[in-house]
Amino acid sequence: MTDIIRTDVLIVGAGPVGLFAVFELGLFDMKCHLIDILDRPGGQCAELYPEKPIYDIPGWPSISAQGLVDRLLEQIAPFKPDFTFNRMVSGLEKLEDGSFRVITDENEVFEAKVVVIAAGGGSFQPKRPPIPGIELYEGKSVFYSVRRMEEFRGHDLVIVGGGDSALDWTLNLQPVAKSVTLVHRRPEFRAAPDSVNKMYAMQEMKELDFQVGQVTGLTGTDGHLSAATIKGPDGDTEVSCTRMLPFFGLTMKLGPIAEWGLNLHENLIPVDTEKFQTSVPGIFAVGDINWYPGKLKLILSGFHEVALMAQAAKRIVSPGERIVFQYTTSSTSLQKKLGVAG
Amino acid sequence: MTKLTFIAHDGTHFDVDAENGSTVMENAIRNAVPGIEAECGGACACATCHVYVDEAWTEEVGEPEAMEEDMLDFAYDVQPNSRLSCQIKVRDALDGLVVRVPARQG
Ligand SMILES: Cc1cc2nc3c(=O)[nH]c(=O)nc-3n(C[C@H](O)[C@H](O)[C@H](O)COP(=O)(O)OP(=O)(O)OC[C@H]3O[C@@H](n4cnc5c(N)ncnc54)[C@H](O)[C@@H]3O)c2cc1C
Ligand code: FES
Repeated sequence: MTDIIRTDVLIVGAGPVGLFAVFELGLFDMKCHLIDILDRPGGQCAELYPEKPIYDIPGWPSISAQGLVDRLLEQIAPFKPDFTFNRMVSGLEKLEDGSFRVITDENEVFEAKVVVIAAGGGSFQPKRPPIPGIELYEGKSVFYSVRRMEEFRGHDLVIVGGGDSALDWTLNLQPVAKSVTLVHRRPEFRAAPDSVNKMYAMQEMKELDFQVGQVTGLTGTDGHLSAATIKGPDGDTEVSCTRMLPFFGLTMKLGPIAEWGLNLHENLIPVDTEKFQTSVPGIFAVGDINWYPGKLKLILSGFHEVALMAQAAKRIVSPGERIVFQYTTSSTSLQKKLGVAG
Repeated sequence: MTKLTFIAHDGTHFDVDAENGSTVMENAIRNAVPGIEAECGGACACATCHVYVDEAWTEEVGEPEAMEEDMLDFAYDVQPNSRLSCQIKVRDALDGLVVRVPARQG
């Protein structure tokens, strides 16, 4: 069994609200560990609209979504949060002593006194492309990520998509697979120009095939793929293949949160508006994932929620300790924690 | 007011009055046109507001910009007349515009 990682507060989700929770909890000396299925912090801001300006962050007439994430990371740095990326939190259970055990999809085990669910619209997961019947092949011959390249050795492989993942795997799997056909809707790509040039050069050398079109159908038996139908500018063609890798971006799915024994309201977690606590004491929910009368899915609201939540969390992490309300401007003890005391 | 017509996938017509400067997507949502989801609220970040522009209108409506083309990669059954409706701004010249809603969004 792997070592158990212990922390005061385990935060599920490293979106803007999870990040700011580190700040408010840190002011009360609580150590945080964040887990996110993405490979970097920032949640929707980093994944869906990094370059778009946000106009309703108080004090910032305009700030790009990634700019906000970068500033949040800078702001919470004094509290030295720990991050675990590329992991989905799959299990959450309450232990006899009232603390919590959290398990990831790679079976890492965490124990924390408090759990904060800042899971936004749910975990980011690969989008299923709109190909009829594709679910019959998933996990057997259609995969949404490459865990082991050996899985593709000696196979006729079709890769669908026009972003970096599609291009990178086309180039990386070309030497391993028997044949590679890349299918994209148009000759322009959203990927690094260098990889696109390499791909076109390999096509020139007949080392792979690139087809403009959309995959509209699959043929096979018992989940074993034998061919894909590609609808191109000049009609339909069939390509024999035994493996397919579609890269259609990410979408948010509630995921395993539904199985943690919490009350839910239309895929959201109801909380009270004093502590933002869920139906299980010690588990809090903040940001887009929670629900209460009047809830607005705004970053601003999430920031407010974590400030109040931190007070309640402190009572659980350090029972009996008096909580003093202080301003960061004037409290030397808070300033010491922030590393700015004069 | 500029008149727009949405044709839902089942053939139902929705004739709506749209304000200039609003987006075609906003008018679909305001009038509860089925099949337009617009998950990202018009930020060109979800491709769930995909429509087919009626052939008679494609020239006036124009071509998508690069960012919209990129996002269209994630839409279902993309055609030469496909657009993301949150990226079409209503203006006088679009009076009478007809758009069709696809069978599904992504
Ligand atoms: C295009 C667009 C424009 C927007 N514009 C604005 C705006 O102008 N102003 C504004 O205030 N808001 C805006 N929003 C909304 C804002 O982005 C959200 O309110 C905010 O991101 C919510 O933050 P969060 O931390 O609660 O969740 P998210 O940002 O959704 O982050 C949640 C994170 O949790 C992770 N996660 C979930 N479940 C698990 C699990 N089981 N295991 C591991 N990780 C998990 C997810 O992968 C994700 O990274 C916009 C949203 C979009 C899409
Ligand atoms: S509403 Fe999301 S792309 Fe148009």
